[in-house]
Parts: sequence; C-alpha cells; structure tokens
Amino acid sequence: MPFLRRRRPPDPSRQHDASASSAAGGGSSLLSDDNKKERPRRKQNEPRTPRKKWSCVDTCCWFIGFICSMWWFLLFLYNAMPASIPQYVTEAITGPLPDPPGVKLAKEGLEVKHPVVFVPGIVTCGLELWEGKQCAEGLFRKRLWGGTFGEVYKRPLCWVEHMSLDNETGLDPPGIRVRPVSGLVAADYFAAGYFVWAVLIANLARIGYEEKTMYMAAYDWRLSFQNTEVRDQSLSRIKSNIELMVATTGGKKVVVIPHSMGVLYFLHFMKWVEAPAPMGGGGGPGWCAKHIKAVMNIGGPFLGVPKAVAGLFSVEARDIAVARGFAPGVLDKDVFGLQTLLHLMRMTRTWDSTMSMIPKGGDTIWGGLDWSPEGGYICVSKRPKNNRTQAAGQTGMGHSDITRGVNYGRLISFGKDLAELHSSNFERIEFRDAVKGNTPANHCDIWTEYQEIGIGGIKAVADYKVYTAGSVLDLLHFVAPKLMARGDAHFSYGIADNLDDAKYEHYKYWSNPLETRLPDAPDMEIYSMYGVGIPTERAYVYKQTTYPVCSIPFQIDTSAKGGIDGSCLQDGVFSVNGDETVPVLSAGFMCAKGWRGKTRFNPSGIRTYIREYDHAPPANLLEGRGTQSGAHVDIMGNFALIEDIIRVAAGATGEDLGGDRVHSDIFKWSERIDLQL
Amino acid sequence: MASILRFRKLCYVEPLKFQSFEPQSFEKKEDSVTTTAKNELEIIKKKITKKQGKEWRCIDSCCWIIGYMCTTWWLLLFLFHNLPATLTGFRVPESPGLRLKREGLAALHPVVLVPGIVTGGLELWEGKPCAEDLFRKRLWGGSFTEVFKRPLCLLEHLSLHNETGLDPPGIRVRAVPGLVAADYFAPGYFVWAVLIENLAKIGYEGKNMYMAAYDWRLSFQNTEIRDQTLSRLKSQIELLYVTNGNKKVVVVPHSMGVVYFLHFLKWVETPPPMGGGGGPGWCDKHIKAIMNIGPAFLGVPKAVSNLFSAEAKDVASIRSMDPGILDSEFFRLQTLEHVMRVCRTWDSIASLLPKGGETIWGNLDWSPEEGHISDLPKQRYLQSSIGDQNTNESDVKRVLHVIEQANYGRIISFGKTASQLPSSQLPSVDSKELLRTTTDKDTEPSCGEIWTEYDEMSRDSIRKVAANKAYTARTALDLLRFVAPKTMQRFEAHFSHGVADNLDDPKYAHPKYWSNPLETKLPNAPEMEIYCLYGVGIPTERSYVYKLSPTDRCKSIPFRIDSSADGGKDSCLQGGVYMVDGDASVPVVSAGFMCAKGWRGRTRFNPAGSATYVREYRHKPPARLLEGRGLESGAHVDIMGNFALIEDVMRVAAGASGAEIGDRVYSDIFKMSERINLRL
Repeated sequence: MPFLRRRRPPDPSRQHDASASSAAGGGSSLLSDDNKKERPRRKQNEPRTPRKKWSCVDTCCWFIGFICSMWWFLLFLYNAMPASIPQYVTEAITGPLPDPPGVKLAKEGLEVKHPVVFVPGIVTCGLELWEGKQCAEGLFRKRLWGGTFGEVYKRPLCWVEHMSLDNETGLDPPGIRVRPVSGLVAADYFAAGYFVWAVLIANLARIGYEEKTMYMAAYDWRLSFQNTEVRDQSLSRIKSNIELMVATTGGKKVVVIPHSMGVLYFLHFMKWVEAPAPMGGGGGPGWCAKHIKAVMNIGGPFLGVPKAVAGLFSVEARDIAVARGFAPGVLDKDVFGLQTLLHLMRMTRTWDSTMSMIPKGGDTIWGGLDWSPEGGYICVSKRPKNNRTQAAGQTGMGHSDITRGVNYGRLISFGKDLAELHSSNFERIEFRDAVKGNTPANHCDIWTEYQEIGIGGIKAVADYKVYTAGSVLDLLHFVAPKLMARGDAHFSYGIADNLDDAKYEHYKYWSNPLETRLPDAPDMEIYSMYGVGIPTERAYVYKQTTYPVCSIPFQIDTSAKGGIDGSCLQDGVFSVNGDETVPVLSAGFMCAKGWRGKTRFNPSGIRTYIREYDHAPPANLLEGRGTQSGAHVDIMGNFALIEDIIRVAAGATGEDLGGDRVHSDIFKWSERIDLQL
Repeated sequence: MASILRFRKLCYVEPLKFQSFEPQSFEKKEDSVTTTAKNELEIIKKKITKKQGKEWRCIDSCCWIIGYMCTTWWLLLFLFHNLPATLTGFRVPESPGLRLKREGLAALHPVVLVPGIVTGGLELWEGKPCAEDLFRKRLWGGSFTEVFKRPLCLLEHLSLHNETGLDPPGIRVRAVPGLVAADYFAPGYFVWAVLIENLAKIGYEGKNMYMAAYDWRLSFQNTEIRDQTLSRLKSQIELLYVTNGNKKVVVVPHSMGVVYFLHFLKWVETPPPMGGGGGPGWCDKHIKAIMNIGPAFLGVPKAVSNLFSAEAKDVASIRSMDPGILDSEFFRLQTLEHVMRVCRTWDSIASLLPKGGETIWGNLDWSPEEGHISDLPKQRYLQSSIGDQNTNESDVKRVLHVIEQANYGRIISFGKTASQLPSSQLPSVDSKELLRTTTDKDTEPSCGEIWTEYDEMSRDSIRKVAANKAYTARTALDLLRFVAPKTMQRFEAHFSHGVADNLDDPKYAHPKYWSNPLETKLPNAPEMEIYCLYGVGIPTERSYVYKLSPTDRCKSIPFRIDSSADGGKDSCLQGGVYMVDGDASVPVVSAGFMCAKGWRGRTRFNPAGSATYVREYRHKPPARLLEGRGLESGAHVDIMGNFALIEDVMRVAAGASGAEIGDRVYSDIFKMSERINLRL
C-alpha cells in the first residue's frame, strides 16, 4: 500500500508548487524559498522520522516474517517438487541405488503366500492412554510412548506417573489405563521418521502383502508376558488372529517374525498356546505344527542381555554412561528439580518385562570368574572396512596375549583392577547375609529400594567385588528384593536339569529357552537372524558414588579404559561382538547349539538356521540408517535380511536360503559352552 | 484485527508524508534554481531515496506484516492454551460417560462398531507411479491434501474396476483397520470419537471394543471375497465373546453399516461356500443387541439422484448460487462428471437405493408421508413449546389443509408442474417401454473416450426419459437401468430392492438379498434386541424435480436438479428438492419403518420375534459456536455426538435391556408405517 502511494505523481501538489504562495507543505516551502538554512535542519529531521519506525519490535517482526515467508516458500517448493527428486539427487551422488528387495523379488515373480505375523520388541511398540489422572487431560487415545514424545517435555512427571505400573501387582495403577496401540501402526515407526517395521512392511507389500495377510501382534511390553493375557488377552488375540489368517488364506501356515524381546514373547506364546485352558490357550499339542511355518527371530535375546542388568542395577547402559562421561554434572544434578535417573529407575522398575532379559543360564552360559565362551575375542572397534571378512575369519588365537585379561564372565566388577585380576588374587566378602543398614529415608522424594538397603548394605555389595551371571541374580535380589520377588513370579533364569519335572509346566519358565521344550512341530523352522560386527555391552566396571542418600549409590566407572586401541574396555564397559544390544552368544547360541538337531530342548528336531548380517555403516548421510546395517533396530532396514524374510514368506525353506550364514565365531563359542543337550 | 490496522497506520503515515515531497522536488528543480542548489538537492534526494529504498521496500513491509501476524497468532495461541477451559465462560455439560460412571455403570458387553459409507478411511497399498510416495497414506479420510495436489490421480485410485467392481489392475486401496479407521473423518470432524471416549470412561478399551472397518466402496459380498472382512468380523466377535467372559456383544452400526451388518447376520449363519458357516444359533449366541444409528434400512432417495446426476441438495444449491462454477471447464475439471464416473464404480451405493418400491415409498399419487408439514422451524417451535409428543399430531392436522399435497412418491419428476399434477394428467409412458427402446442408441463418435454411460446415449433417448415426467421408487430403478445399463447390471448382481412375496423361496438364499430387510428373515435369535436410533426434525431429501441440462456437450450429464423449482416459504419444495422429516440424509420412513412395523412383534420378516425399539432424537442445533457440532444434534453424522444417544448406547452396553429403555418417538413414524400396506 504505502509503496503504491509513494509513486503516485501528485498532480494537485504540483499546481500548488507552481503557485508557490502558501508554502504550507514542508517540501514546497523549502524549494520555493530556496532557503539554505532549512536544509541542514531537514537533513537531520527527515532521516530521524523513518528511523523511529524501525524500533526493535519492528525488526523482530520483520525478521520473523522473513523467516516465515522463506519457510513457507521452501515448503511450497518442497511440496511442489516431484517426489523422485531426492532419489535422483542420491543417485547422482552415490550412483544408482540397488532395487529394494521387494521390487527385485517381485520381478523374480515371488508372490504373497504365507501370512506374516510381526511381534515387536520392547520399547518399539506404541502405547496410548485410555484413562488417566487429571494432569493427562486431553491425552485420551494419544500416544504416550512412541510418536513425538511431546508430552515427555510438556509434563514429565505426569508422563512418568502414567507410564509406571503398579509397584506390587505389575498391572495398572488405580485410575490409569495405558494400552498398546493396535494394528500395523503400533510399531511401523517408533518416532516420526525412525522406522522399525515400516521398511519391511513396504517391501512385503511390493509382492502383494496387505493388511489381511500381515498382522502386528502388538502387546503392552511393560507387562510380564503372562500378564498381557491376564489384562488384555493379548495372547488369545494373537492365537485367534493366526487362526483367522490361516483359515482365510486357504490353510497356509504363518511366518512369524519376532524382534528383540518379541522373540521371548513368542517363545512364551508357543508354550502358552498348547497348554491346557486355565493357564494356557488350549490349542492342543498340534497347534504350532498346524499353524506355524517358520519363526524368523530378528536380534533375539534368547539368553538375555547384560544391558538389562545394568539397567536394573543403576538405570544405566553405555549411552548414559557416555553422557555422564561428557558432562559429569547433568544427569546427577537436580536440574529443574528433576532427578532424571531416579525417576527413570522408579518407572522402569515397575516394568516386569525388563526382567525377562536378565541373562539366563547363569555361569554355564555366560562364563564364570575366570572363563567365558567369548574368551580371546579381539575388540577392534574400528576395523578397516576392506579386510572385515578376513578379520572375522581369523579372530581369536593370535591375539590372545592382548585379550588374556578380559573376563567377560564377570558381569559386574567394582573397579577396573578387579575386572582383570585372576580370581585367586582377591578375596570376596559374602554380601548375601549382610545386615541392611537402617537409613531413615523419609526425606527422599523418590522411592527406590536403595533407601532400604542402607549404607551397610551398599558397602557389602561393593565388597563382594565381582559378580558373574549367577551371582548377579543374587545381587539384584539383595538390592531390590521386592522387584525381584515380582520378577520371580513371572520369569526364571536357570537351566533345567530335568525338563520332565512337573514344575516346568508353570508359565514362568515358558520364556526361558533353557527351561522349556520347543513344541512338537517337526516341519517348523526356526531362524536366528542378527547383526554382527558392532561392539556390544557384555560386562561392566562399577564404582560407588559419593552422592547423598537419595541417589543411586552405584555408577558405571567411565574412567575405566583399556588403554590400547585393541582393548575391549571402553568407558567402563567391556564390549563383545554383537548387534550393539544383544551379544552374539545370546542371539545365536540356541540356534547354533541348544536347538541344533534333536536335543532335549528341541525334542522334535525342528530345523534351525543362523543368518548373520555383518554391519556396514551407511556410506553417506543420504542413505539414512543404512541398507546394510547390523544394529539392533536398524537391521530391520537391512536389504539382505528383508530379502531372506520375503523369500521365506513366499514359500522358500531354510535350505533354499542357503542354510547358515555366519560371520562371527558363534559356533566356536557355542562349543565351549558345556550344556547337557 | 483493529489493533493490527492501527499499528500499521502508525508506521506508515509518516513515511508517506515524507515521500510526497520527493516528486515535488523534481519538478521544482527543473524550473529555476541555481545549480548549486540543484546539486545539493540532488545529493539530498539521493541520500533520502537511498535510505528510503533500503528501509521500506514492499517486501520489507510484507515481511513485517507476516511477521506481525505470525507473532500475534502465536501469542493468541499461547494464551489460548494457557487459559483454563472454564475461563471461556462455556461450561460443557458433564459428559454421559462421567455421569454414568458415577451411577456405577461399568463395561459389560463388548462393543462392535460398524462404520457407514464414506466415513471409513482408505489407504493405499499399491498404486500407479503418480501416487508413488503415498504408500500406506490415507487417500480417503484424514486431511485430503492429495485431493488438491493431484485430483485426477486420486480419483483414479479411488475408482474400482468398471466391470468386476473389484480392484483395477495395479491398484490396491484398502480400508484402514482399527479404531482409527473412523474415529475422525477429517481432523476435528469426529465420527465415532465421542462415543469411543465416553465408552472408555466406563472401562471400554481396545480389548472389548472393535471397529469393523471394511472397504465401503465394495459390494458387501465382495468385501468378503477380496478382504475376508466378514470372516474377520466373525472371528473378532467370537474372540470378544470368549475373552470377555462369554458376554454377548452389542453391535453399533451406523448409516450403511446397518445394511452391512444385516448382510453379516445372514452371511454368518449360512453354510461355508457362500456364508460363514456359523450355524443357525450363531447370532443368538453372540449378539445381545444391534443398535442401528441413522439406519438406512430401506435406502435413501439421495442415492437415486447421486447415480442419476451425481448431485444432491448440496450440489444443487451450490449451482443455484453460482451457476457457472460446476459446469465450466475451469482448469479442465468437470467435477460432477468425474464424481459420477467414480461413484458409479462403487457397488456399495446400490445398497442405498430405495428398497420396497411403491409399497414403501409411494406411487404417483400416494406416499406414506402424505400431509407432512415441511415448515420445520415452526414445527420445532411448536414441539418444544408443547413438549408432549402426542399433541403434535393435532398440529399436523391443523396445518394439513394449508399445504398443497406434495407427491413424495414421485422420486424424480421432470419440471415442477409434473411433480404436482394428478397422475391422470401425466403422460402415460411406461418405463418398461423405455427399456425396450434402448436398442437404437447411436453413439456420437466425436465424444471420444467414454466416461459415463450417458456418453453412449443419444439425445433422443434422453429426451424420451424427460418426457415420461414422473418416476416412482420402482420406475426410478427402471430409469437407472435405462441410463446406466452396465452399472445397474453390476449393481443388481449384488443387491436387490424388491419386496419378497414368499420368503421361503430358495432364491432368497442368494447373497444379493441379504442386505434387503424386506427380502430376508432375521436370524433365529429371540433374545436379540434391535434398536433404531435416529435423528428427526431436519428437512431431508425425499424426491427431486429435474430438468434437462442446457448443454449439449460431450461428457456432460444431461440431467440436473431444477433448483429454480421452489414452493415458497412454507412449502416442502426447496431448490428442486421435496423435503420430509429425517436426519438430513435418511428419511424417517427408511430409518424407522422396520423397527416400528416391519419387525415389530412376530412377523414374517422376524420369525423369532426379536424385540425392536425406536429411539428418536429431536434435532436441536448447537446454541453457541463453542458447542461445535452440538450435543443434541439429530443430523446423520453429528448424532454420534448426541449425549442422549450416547447414554442409550452405553446403558445397553453396560447391560440394560430394551424393556428398560423402550420407545422414544417424536415423528409420525407409527402413523406413516400404518399407511404402508405391507403383508407381515
């Protein structure tokens, strides 16, 4: 508007000037009189008047407006851009992309055959609110977990309250109902742009899969497995849906694809479904044989993960420990009055499911004080890309002098020195009978069971110095008796001596592969598919903290470093080969040895296959999370894995895939494990 | 807004004054000033213009305005979010969920929701290159952004195959599953969300609530053939029944979902190759009640006009306001023609064509709604002032003589006069003859690609259609068969619209009869209850006045609603459409007749004597803007947010029986039903 007016030739004023009499307007008076004195004054005045308008607020407004307009403009361009451009750019930089496996296999003529069931793991499945407290007003049927996590920032305490379960029952706290999202959307993307199952779903769709032949067995991953049935009837739902899919596709068996904790959940399901009705699903002994073609476990923590111990013991894993190493203050200070870790600990300790991943099999599997199946593993975290294949072949013997000291069996040791000393060189003080000190913990806002151990108990824990997989259980029982009492009702971590023992009919054994038999389904196939080539947490070096009573008294000792490059000890964590979360041993042992052939755990001789995927980080940024990744979640976008799954879903058997595909030393390690089969 | 304007003024006034001086200096300078003065002036001018140019350019002002508006908007938004809800001065009445929870109601029977036509979301599973990046994105429902971005691509993907009524090759569009399928149709436009939220208050959640989403474009039997949707529904109901302690389910279908579920009832008990094999007792064992919301049991006249000319009242009134917009080839879009082409591939629309012919919908001179007063605002006023529904019948009688007879039976008439003439004066062209003359069609080759079947008709036969003047529910079907022979042939393979003489005839075992309540028996489930819940008090389309469309263009629709036909203020004829009482989509007769008479007691359509109840909800528009779509609305979709209806549904779900709830009637449904002469 003003712009237009400025340009208008002012006819009336021109006449006015010609007359040059009134001189009322500032401009005309100046020129008609040619008064030079007025000029400098004007000079000063005039620039000042417009400058007055450029106040700070205006500048801000201008700036915001400018940014907004640019943003909209770019957004418009982005939207108007043909969808193929990003791909075009990527191809221009990196050369032509390989066809996604779905497209490739569709060209080969593969078609939808067996229905597919996805079983998501812990954490990746969305949870939504169905009933909440006052503070969660307006969040009805909104995602509390997954999606944008917006509420975590807006009202963190409210969020923690709603995500927690009841401390004693492990079920809903009164007045709060948080339920799993159902359908494929439950776990296709974890957060916006962070795919979990989406890539696999998209590729399956290329060969004709759709909603009627794919089923996402979403369940509340916070609950213990049996409780998902008690509260939500999730297991019944899976059973009914599998039966429906088998019926509607003309009797074709399903291919089940569990991921991460879903592997254990499905193990539980297979026992549950054949168990008689009050405790089980009443499907009868032939159910699995009749309905399941293959179970393709992705990154399965069959024997648990050491991470779970660190999580329960001090709510840490390497990520948090590293963060603490960078900025020692942040996580411990009461920033904004939030005791982040304590809150997290209180929340995660109400989740029974975390206890399903405590290492199983004790010292037999995970190693004792002075030996471990992985002994002699070299940890070259930055292996040169080109000789990866060689390195995988020759790991072990030659480097034993460097790695002699790594005692992976010691899951938790207090102090780096203790982690490396031979067991004969130190003495341990029994902690199990230690008297728990009585600390009045009334002033603590947040309750964790550590307040009840007291200083005496904490000291006793540290004095025991070194814990193996077996004694770690005792440790957890000691520091968190209530939690473990709840856990023991739902999970078991031992090895069965006699599988015919009647006690093994209890559901708490169903998710432990070392205490159950596989169902009688000789035609079924079990795959263990996992990534290798990434350092994975295996054992921890701890220290006692010197903080006040209300905090967690133990911490990973991030100052403990191995020194030389080849060391497995980084920031207080001993690493071993795996997919960043699950060590190779846990993911592969059952398929490599425990179930291979006809064993007592696998009486019907179900065929097992190991498919390992060597990790290759994405070549450039445009690739996103990589098409050859071996990381625990990113592997779901690994083209080789997707291809394997599609082939099996389209009817191939394990033999057609080429049997085992191994990069790691899993068979060697398995041999070292002395387990009665 | 005022403040913004003032702010702008403050900022612009002064620079303007200053600007006005510049050109003047130009003029003067040329006249008679010393060179020094000229030079200095020029220097000043340059300086000034330079500064000005730098500081207040157009783009700057624009940026400033945008920035200012954004900031204000954000500020207001921020304030709005921080404002406690009570401060707005609007107290939402307590939701039925909370109230009933306090009464002690708790989730008892599992609930199955069956969405209607259009409201269910559809997503893409496989598409043409133009829809490359839309995999598993909603094509229908949601934000509809793709409609604007690539309309033709979207229409192509939403169409079904012309002959099979299934997927076109290379395209797979599937129903969104789960509660999200139809909780909101578009952002902010709820469908089931309010009901779901209230049910959740008394303890419902994913495990005892199920949304039976289906692809609403397909014919009902095809949803089973392509997607096994009916099998899925059966399996889910059985699962709900078992996992909730053998409690029967309460089914809540809406709109076309009502007819769909009727189909399901027959399908599930029929033996396997054609049906679900549930056996004769299945419904009795698994279903406690069917609470039909806005049921289109006997079809809706809207479906006829939709198939005939792709319009309804809304389109006609848009056209009357701005005659050009829909017809012009603006952007080369022939909106209506496209809509018609797509709609005619959707078999499901045929399930909504009026059923029962002249027996139900009336003939040339008679209709069950005779004597209906259309002055609905007045009616509403009378009703609310009197309050008692019985007295309102006397009102009807009082006003009867004022209003000239509207012949509702004539669903389509050409010209206003034809809709009012007594039948003896109408030209007696039998519609059967129409069908016989179809052989002599000469396709105009100039039209090129054939879009709708109108392109295959000659102008002659089109004129012949118009010459027949008036069509009833029965002959309107003949008319459709004439103008769209292939479409109707496909439709009639899946749906039937007649009245059965002898229900034991073996031909009624065919699936095409299952969704017509007048050609099927209800299942043998004496304890099952059937509710008809619908809104009343809104003028609803009942019959149409048509005219020939003026253009002779190719690829255009030759008929259109004559929106100039208006009956005056108190008439039922508004913009070429005769109105009757209903919920804005479904007339009362269609929604209520089966529950009020067809199934009431033990009839041949309801041999087991399942109890039926009519629950009407009188429409009351939202009093204030803040109320959104109203808490007492009776409109077809908005009724899902009606608190009284929600309360009824919840009570039944929590275990109440129909006897405790009973009938609730505001309209003349019982009187109308009595006039319908149907053997029961």
